Amino acid sequence: MSAGTEKIAVTVTDIVKVNDLVTRFKFEPTKGGLLPTFSGGAHTVVEMKDGNITRLNPYSLMSDPWDQSAYTISVRRDDEGRGGSLFMHNSVKVGDQMVVSNPVNLFSLDLRAKKHLMLAGGIGITPFLAQIKQLDRARGNWELHYACRNEALGSYVDYLTSTHPNDVNVYYDDEKQSIDLENLLDGQPLGTHIYVCGPKGMIDWVRGKAAELGWPREAVHYEEFLAPQSGKPFEVKLAVSNKVIQVGEHESLLEAIERAGVDAPYLCRGGACGQCETDVISYDGKFLHRDHWLEDNEHASGKKIMPCVSRFEGKTLVLDR
Amino acid sequence: MSKFNFPESIMSRPVYGTLEPRSGKAHLMVADAQGAEAIIGLSKADSGLLSKTHIIYIPKGTGDTYTGKLEKLGAAQLYVGPSYEAAKTRLQRTLAGAHMGLQVYLSGTEGLMGQAMLEATNAGIPHTAIQTEHRGSVARRMQCVHCKGITEDVMTDPFVCSHCGLSLFVRDHYSRRLAAFQGVCIDAEDPGNVPASVELYK
Repeated sequence: MSAGTEKIAVTVTDIVKVNDLVTRFKFEPTKGGLLPTFSGGAHTVVEMKDGNITRLNPYSLMSDPWDQSAYTISVRRDDEGRGGSLFMHNSVKVGDQMVVSNPVNLFSLDLRAKKHLMLAGGIGITPFLAQIKQLDRARGNWELHYACRNEALGSYVDYLTSTHPNDVNVYYDDEKQSIDLENLLDGQPLGTHIYVCGPKGMIDWVRGKAAELGWPREAVHYEEFLAPQSGKPFEVKLAVSNKVIQVGEHESLLEAIERAGVDAPYLCRGGACGQCETDVISYDGKFLHRDHWLEDNEHASGKKIMPCVSRFEGKTLVLDR
Repeated sequence: MSKFNFPESIMSRPVYGTLEPRSGKAHLMVADAQGAEAIIGLSKADSGLLSKTHIIYIPKGTGDTYTGKLEKLGAAQLYVGPSYEAAKTRLQRTLAGAHMGLQVYLSGTEGLMGQAMLEATNAGIPHTAIQTEHRGSVARRMQCVHCKGITEDVMTDPFVCSHCGLSLFVRDHYSRRLAAFQGVCIDAEDPGNVPASVELYK
């Protein structure tokens, strides 16, 4: 499969349970040597061979971008999800050989910023761990506001507050603590950029408040990986490769295309990057668009679909692939 | 009417729009000469805007045609200065103390808008988030690509560099970093063969 980026064979060398929901995995290159460097905010796509299913899930790299000896990721267990995180938690063992993609960054720091204001929700903390290491080395000006459910589930809170006591602010939902967003955004010096990673509600809240207060769109960065959602099975005709494929209940359209041996482009697999955008030739039914790449009018047009996260319900769907 | 519709040109050439009120708690308007008309237009579009606005205005040859009208707008601050150079430290100080959410509106000549844009982008505002509206003269601020000297208010093409004396062709190639268009020697291949100067856009 040549789609996506270059692949790297790695060996799992360490697995650490961070808390009840989150586990950290360390990957080192199987052949030895050095891994490519990356920039804070980058993710890697991890290939999981789960029986006869191959899953490709993106995870933010949280290790030091300059440390080429290993990559580390943190995986939050999602009991309701399609099984990728459960596979990582339950089946992956130290010594396993796996394949990860070269790093791709869709959430990079804008280094023209005079100050970096980071807002994290839950497992959304992971890209910031790498960005903070990058900024510390460059003596960057940053501050972090990190909301999590409670102390027990606050991944890396101790590490962050002990290494950066003056720059890290933590808020626990269970203790009714929340970010005072309007006041926080109001006093920021010119040249501040906002970075937000967390649940969709948090991203929408921050983007909405920033727009209301007159922040330029270019100074507000966000990353939200959408996990593909399960749905009713459906049939798709791939016109270019002349194949008819079935998309299973717990499978994404992109995964079904790949399973049929058709090379389809992708990078983020989470509805954000735009790489997998596919033209619709004809359809009879309705689209379940879930990406945040296409514009609303494109969603309504029936001419495009993002197969990594979006689905279809109806009689026929013919794609230009 | 002091508006001029510039013909379409290369990508590098700045494109100006029409100022519109935006949401925000603080607003900064920088204008010269007929650019005052665009500010007066903004105050009509949103009557509450000016009470949150700092205006920096350089009449530049229009005398007191607009200053009285600007005074009546009720801006939080109004500064009327003799030249852009004289106003520049005020602009820099205002930007240094400003917070994110500040809205910047520029209107008037290209030289004024370009230089104020440079200060605003240096202060950390993305250039795409700064509104501009051209009013008044089509004169340009030109950099001689040979001696690097700046000649202000160039009205003819070609023109003589006020620093090194070369005859320069007026290009649409623009530098945001210098806030100037590029002027290139027009008779380098055939010294002395300089076409007659014509007024820009005539």
